[in-house]
Amino acid sequence: MSLLDVRNLSLAIHGTPILHDVSLTLEAGRILGVIGESGSGKSMTAFSTMQLLPQGAEPTGQILLDGQDILTRTERDMCSVRGREIGMVFQEPMTALNPLKRIGDQVAETITQHERVPRRAAMERAADALRRAELPPEKFPMSRFPHELSGGQRQRVVIAMAIALRPRLLIADEPTTALDVTTQAQILALLKKLVREEGMGLMMISHDLAVVADMADEIAIMQKGRVVETGPAETLFCEMRHPYSKALLAASTHAPERGSEVAETPLLEVRKVRRSYALPAKTPFGARREIEAVKGVSFTLKRGESLGLVGESGCGKSTLTRAILGLEEVQSGEIALAGAPVFTGHKPNPEVRRKMQVVFQDPYGSFNPRHRVARLVAEPFHLLPDTPRAERDSAVAEALEAVGLSAADGAKYIHEFSGGQRQRIAIARALITRPELILLDEAVSALDVQVRAQILDLLADLSDRFGLSYLFISHDLSVVRSITDRVLVMKSGEIVEEGPTEQVFDSPQHPYTQALVAAAPVLPDDVAA
Amino acid sequence: MLRFTLTRLLSLCLSLAVASVVIFAAIEVLPGDPASIMLGVNAQPDTLAALRAELGLDQPMAARYLDWIGGLLQGDFGISYTYRTPVVEMIGDRLAVSLPLALFSLALTVVIAFPVGIWAAARRGSVADVAIMGLTQLGVAIPNFWFAMLMVLVFAINLQWFSAGGFAGWDAGLFPALKSLTLPAIALALPQASILARVMRSALLDTLSEDFIRTARAKGLSRREALWRHALRNALIPVLTIIGMQFSFLLAGGIIIENVFYLPGLGRLIFQAISARDLIVVESVVMLLVFAVIVVNFLVELAYAAVDPRLRAR
Repeated sequence: MSLLDVRNLSLAIHGTPILHDVSLTLEAGRILGVIGESGSGKSMTAFSTMQLLPQGAEPTGQILLDGQDILTRTERDMCSVRGREIGMVFQEPMTALNPLKRIGDQVAETITQHERVPRRAAMERAADALRRAELPPEKFPMSRFPHELSGGQRQRVVIAMAIALRPRLLIADEPTTALDVTTQAQILALLKKLVREEGMGLMMISHDLAVVADMADEIAIMQKGRVVETGPAETLFCEMRHPYSKALLAASTHAPERGSEVAETPLLEVRKVRRSYALPAKTPFGARREIEAVKGVSFTLKRGESLGLVGESGCGKSTLTRAILGLEEVQSGEIALAGAPVFTGHKPNPEVRRKMQVVFQDPYGSFNPRHRVARLVAEPFHLLPDTPRAERDSAVAEALEAVGLSAADGAKYIHEFSGGQRQRIAIARALITRPELILLDEAVSALDVQVRAQILDLLADLSDRFGLSYLFISHDLSVVRSITDRVLVMKSGEIVEEGPTEQVFDSPQHPYTQALVAAAPVLPDDVAA
Repeated sequence: MLRFTLTRLLSLCLSLAVASVVIFAAIEVLPGDPASIMLGVNAQPDTLAALRAELGLDQPMAARYLDWIGGLLQGDFGISYTYRTPVVEMIGDRLAVSLPLALFSLALTVVIAFPVGIWAAARRGSVADVAIMGLTQLGVAIPNFWFAMLMVLVFAINLQWFSAGGFAGWDAGLFPALKSLTLPAIALALPQASILARVMRSALLDTLSEDFIRTARAKGLSRREALWRHALRNALIPVLTIIGMQFSFLLAGGIIIENVFYLPGLGRLIFQAISARDLIVVESVVMLLVFAVIVVNFLVELAYAAVDPRLRAR
């Protein structure tokens, strides 16, 4: 008998079908990877197993845990199953913990919820769970609050909560998507170790083929609420038959074709840039502390070049981005675009600003939802001298068409578009002033693989057509590798390595780059080829 | 926490200093000569001169300000021009009614609003929730003086459980004093409780949709346990803000209710003082109310920090 046996699970929420005939099995001590894009139903399958579905959900079929059907259990019954027999780890470690409670208490709650034990015993077992999650209380006291921990450390707390009672089934819903590559590698290794040592079954949900391929024993690929392909991980990638699986694999290894015309003239010059922030003093009358976010960084981006800037959170790449855009003044150093300084005196130079545009990560948060798309796209016009209305309208139409949308889309509102289309609109907004340089700040990180591949193609195409240069800022190595000519690796406010992309990735010199490259999950060699 | 308290205390003192300058300037300097305003157009020149000397108007402005502030700090608020009694005694008498009334109605507000708001949030979208939301809408909309008169009609005149108005005084004992404050406190509390219940409900609903509630449910907590153990404290910040504002309002805003019930409170005092152009009293009462508002805000900020560890670090 399997540990988990999902049979013909269908789910409708308020009458809208979400899942169709989903069947999966998972044995104890094994890892089942569930892959799919957003909206494929992978998370809803997990929440069905926990019976933590939104109101109005009507699941049918069977979900057997050790032969017992979960769907027939009462809510009161399920409360004793959750946390004790099934543990769950979530995507967002930053928000998954109660900000007002100490981490030790939050872990101990799993134990006190299910067993009548004195507080001291519960705390001791919580400490043990934290040790198993490799967050030893000796180094990270249980009296800490969540905001005193990093994202990776918080995820370990969530894992400790989930495994405190040694459940037989662990469900991890995109557990590393919000984390840096090296932290991701550590968390994945931890989950693997827990499965092997404690004999848990792990249902690992991810949109990232490489993450799952690295660790799963079995893989199920989901699309639009259906399982389209399942099989053992070693053979699945070579033997996959379903067109969707093939498309997904192709998209995740996709490298856009790019023209390679890099001029020798420098476009963006960054020289010895320093930026530090003042922190509040520790004691009421103590000295103020300073933190140096960027420590004398210099580099040059040539005309027509696509340059990558890679680094993990806190390395100073966002600070550097803001400085280049002229959003913040730097303490020392120079930043110049085509020879003109970004800052003149204490004011940003609008002449330079219009030649440089930015596309941010969040296609949802970076638009005002109450304005029509045409107005959103026309926003950067305030950088230009007054333009007649007709000229503006035709420029907006042209920009929308350049990114693969139609001029008529300008009359719509942003909520009418999908995530990929929104990112196209963000690119149209960046194109409208005919810039020479576009900064892409994690611009494709939030997108599904297939949409991401399309956006990368679009960027390559636009670069060829308009002679654009890109500064590609990302923590995602595979994306940077596929679209840049040269790459800079940044750590603790300094650039530790720089060189042609292929060379840096194939034979990294600096230990940090080596660690980054080693930590990045990759598909099996024969597949990627 | 110590650092937090000290910086807030410093900002409290600064706010008080600024407020005192503004109040002093508004009343003493801006609209011409206070003495002639107080005495009206038909004042005799010699009474005017006497009042000017009494108010110290012949002295320079800075000296007058320091004199006033110095007096306030020592508990000397001056002598009321119309009543010829020390202002500090008048205010003290009135505070003995207004402060207990404000605290009483605030307690009622909280006691009504918390259970109602929590109950509605726990049953979101149900008939009970819709009914409660409708009732609180009504509670906000009904003028409290009309509701007060209705209560007088029912509980004082028909049932004769309470007296229709007046204050028994604290000398008569705790129970009679509280009894004469009960109807006014209810009248004041009802609209405030309606507002607070709505704030409580929406704050709780916001928190209940947070990720950490889902984490708590995944640990095996029932919906109700997750609400009590994890959502409630997280929902308190907006609720505390509203409670602070409500207390400031209740302290002086009960003027209509005080009139309906013939209560000798602060609201009526300031109303009488303004009618009589007794600027000394007006100035002192306004300063006292500003002081109360600023101190309440300070306490609310301390309460924030007690609730949320992230704020203590700042």
